[in-house]
Amino acid sequence: MNKIVEKVIFSENVTKFVVEAPEIARSRKAGHFVIIRLDESGERVPLTIAGSDPEKGTITLVVQRVGVTSAKLLEKNVGDVIKDVAGPLGTATHIAKVGTVLAAGGGVGVAPLLPIVEEFKKAGNRVLTVIAARNKNLIILEEEMRRYSDELIIMTDDGSYGQKGLVTHGMESFINKEKISEAIVIGPAIMMKYAALTTKKYGIPTQASLNTIMVDGTGMCGACRVTVGGKTKFVCVDGPEFDAHQVDFDEMLLKLNAYKTEEKEAYERYLKSKN
Amino acid sequence: MENILEYLKEERAQAWRDELRKKIKSKDRTAIVRVKMHEQDHDIRSRNNLEVNLGLKKEEAVIEAQRCLDCVTPTCIKGCPVNINIPKFVKKIEKEDFLGAAKVLKETNSLPAVCGRVCPQEKQCEQECFYTQKLKLAPVAIGYLERFAADFERESGMSSTPDVAENNGIKVASIGSGPAALAWASDMARFGYKVTVFEALHEIGGVLKYGIPEFRLPNKIVDFEIDNMKKMGIEFRTNFIVGKTMTIDDLREAGYKAFFVGSGAGLPRFMNIPGENAIGVFSANEYLTRINLMNAAKINFDTPVLSGLNVAIIGGGNTAMDSVRTAKRLGAEHAMIIYRRSEEEMPARIEEVKHAKEEGIEFLNLNNPVEYKFDKNGKVTSMILQKMVLGEPDASGRRSPVPLENSEYEIPVDTVVVAVGTSPNPLIPASVSGLKTTRWGTIVVNEDMQSSIEDIYAGGDIVRGGATVILAMGDGRTAAAAMHKNLAKKLLTK
Ligand SMILES: Cc1cc2nc3c(=O)[nH]c(=O)nc-3n(C[C@H](O)[C@H](O)[C@H](O)COP(=O)(O)OP(=O)(O)OC[C@H]3O[C@@H](n4cnc5c(N)ncnc54)[C@H](O)[C@@H]3O)c2cc1C
Ligand code: FES
Repeated sequence: MNKIVEKVIFSENVTKFVVEAPEIARSRKAGHFVIIRLDESGERVPLTIAGSDPEKGTITLVVQRVGVTSAKLLEKNVGDVIKDVAGPLGTATHIAKVGTVLAAGGGVGVAPLLPIVEEFKKAGNRVLTVIAARNKNLIILEEEMRRYSDELIIMTDDGSYGQKGLVTHGMESFINKEKISEAIVIGPAIMMKYAALTTKKYGIPTQASLNTIMVDGTGMCGACRVTVGGKTKFVCVDGPEFDAHQVDFDEMLLKLNAYKTEEKEAYERYLKSKN
Repeated sequence: MENILEYLKEERAQAWRDELRKKIKSKDRTAIVRVKMHEQDHDIRSRNNLEVNLGLKKEEAVIEAQRCLDCVTPTCIKGCPVNINIPKFVKKIEKEDFLGAAKVLKETNSLPAVCGRVCPQEKQCEQECFYTQKLKLAPVAIGYLERFAADFERESGMSSTPDVAENNGIKVASIGSGPAALAWASDMARFGYKVTVFEALHEIGGVLKYGIPEFRLPNKIVDFEIDNMKKMGIEFRTNFIVGKTMTIDDLREAGYKAFFVGSGAGLPRFMNIPGENAIGVFSANEYLTRINLMNAAKINFDTPVLSGLNVAIIGGGNTAMDSVRTAKRLGAEHAMIIYRRSEEEMPARIEEVKHAKEEGIEFLNLNNPVEYKFDKNGKVTSMILQKMVLGEPDASGRRSPVPLENSEYEIPVDTVVVAVGTSPNPLIPASVSGLKTTRWGTIVVNEDMQSSIEDIYAGGDIVRGGATVILAMGDGRTAAAAMHKNLAKKLLTK
């Protein structure tokens, strides 16, 4: 049982939760995630840890509405509990002083990117950040990102905020300006696919943090398997970060839709149950 | 060993045993036909998830117990990995002291209701039974009787929580909550230690919960035992991944004096053939976990599962049988076992194979998948199979399968479950420096189940690779005895 101690609504579909989880708060590093289960009948879903406060014993999760579980979670309030929170899982991001780091986050992917940007900055790197979303309302954590970035570009698809265009445009404007040592991209699979193609064009080593379907999150089931460099890898233990140029994003995109019908049905059932 | 034999002899010499032996002539005993287990009808059971075996009636159990000859040298005990005093508990049943029978079981086996259901008795105690060995008759149904006594005790409401020694204040912990860890924990609690069981998942029980299906081992039976253990003062922490949530070093700092690693063989193996990552191809662990742990097949649970009409299970072990029978219960028209050897080599329990056949499972033995084909959405649509023949015996003593040239053919499938084995869970070996492992990733232990690090013991599948519930429990008990001896020397005599 993990209590929600703070809730900040970023937009209609994106909310930040601060949740009690003292042990996880102490052991987590940038790049780790947790698996949560809301209640007895809930499914197990992974959420990246966006930050933590070891003193207070809390972790921060940023949740975007995608299906039943996230929708149910968004309805929770301060004082409510999440039945199960297990973690920290995955392999932490390898943080080192490499020079100039280009960080690109799309949509809710900006949340897991934040701790990584923070760590790269603290490790003495120059950090150039692009955050992108469909429109102004969906841009999150701008202030926090700005704090740890040397430069920040905001991109929106409709031009309602920052510059109009895709995340890759923002990335290229940095790439054309200065030498980038390393890039990290986090966001929807389709965004990471194109972001990876962009950095590949310029020969910039790039990590992508993958958000596959998971069940246990401990390497026990293989639901999270992806093909990286022609080999099968388990995202929950071997990742979530991989060499973006080696990831088979097309396969991953198909797999993310594996339960589309079931999820849609479940979501409709959920909406009905509320009326 | 000397002591044990001596002990068994003394027990056998007791008046009540002698009396029972005299009551019925051996020749009348051997004339009794082995009891048949009551089962749900196969047509009905393949459409529900309720337990297939229904147990024995009292009278049946007593008659079956009469078959046992109470041998001078009970070879059956030798076949039992935890050396249950088999004649004693069987004779207690004959005497209609069912609670007494359960008590005998519990002296050496903390989960008799589980073992009575899932042990491969035909390869253990029943294999060594005098009936099998000398009379060439069906063995005494030791497994059924074990189950009977344990169920009787549970249902009587008079189940006793084992006595625990006075708390000695020493903290010890297990990593994992499968049968190995549970057996270890209950012994350590009895010795008086303050025991914590750390489990990564949200449920206690390991494979007993997430793997073995309800129709073979109902969860309530496992939960009953866990509740009993809670009453013994054992603390269970779910959602706690040792090595991640806290490391063994952190736990040492928090005052834990010794550890038992029972983290299992959780890592599913795949065959690395083309198309294996297609949608609809699962590991058995994923398939069974979605259904057993997450209740995916039930409408009011959020976890989905894809289970189609043409379901192929790759493998011939218990996991494969559990998966294929689950697929049938989820509505498959063709629930198929694809196994590369012949039925004779199948590692599954004989009862599982028999039940599967009765339920209409199709067996494609001497077949091996070489490729999966999928549609534009990435969903599996068919598989290419290759026929096999049996060649020379391999290292395991089983005849090894050899592919038959140009024998490939294609069959339609919409769900595939890969059940070709699991590897040891790498989490603990990876997070504890200096812990010696084999090249298969199992933890190296001595005869006390102690690892290369003094305060870390290990047992079950993490030591043996995929094994059995009873071997895992045996390991847990061996480790507990040795750990207790060591800790008592070090800490209690100060
Ligand atoms: C489908 C299936 C059917 C089977 N049928 C039979 C049968 O009929 N008869 C039989 O005898 N055997 C059977 N077996 C084999 C038997 O279940 C295993 O041999 C036995 O469960 C092993 O016990 P264990 O305690 O070593 O580990 P497990 O039961 O695997 O339990 C290990 C537990 O440790 C947890 N864990 C792992 N790492 C960590 C960590 N770092 N921190 C915290 N927790 C951790 C895991 O989540 C898991 O719950 C079957 C196995 C399967 C999969
Ligand atoms: S989520 Fe089960 S193995 Fe990764």
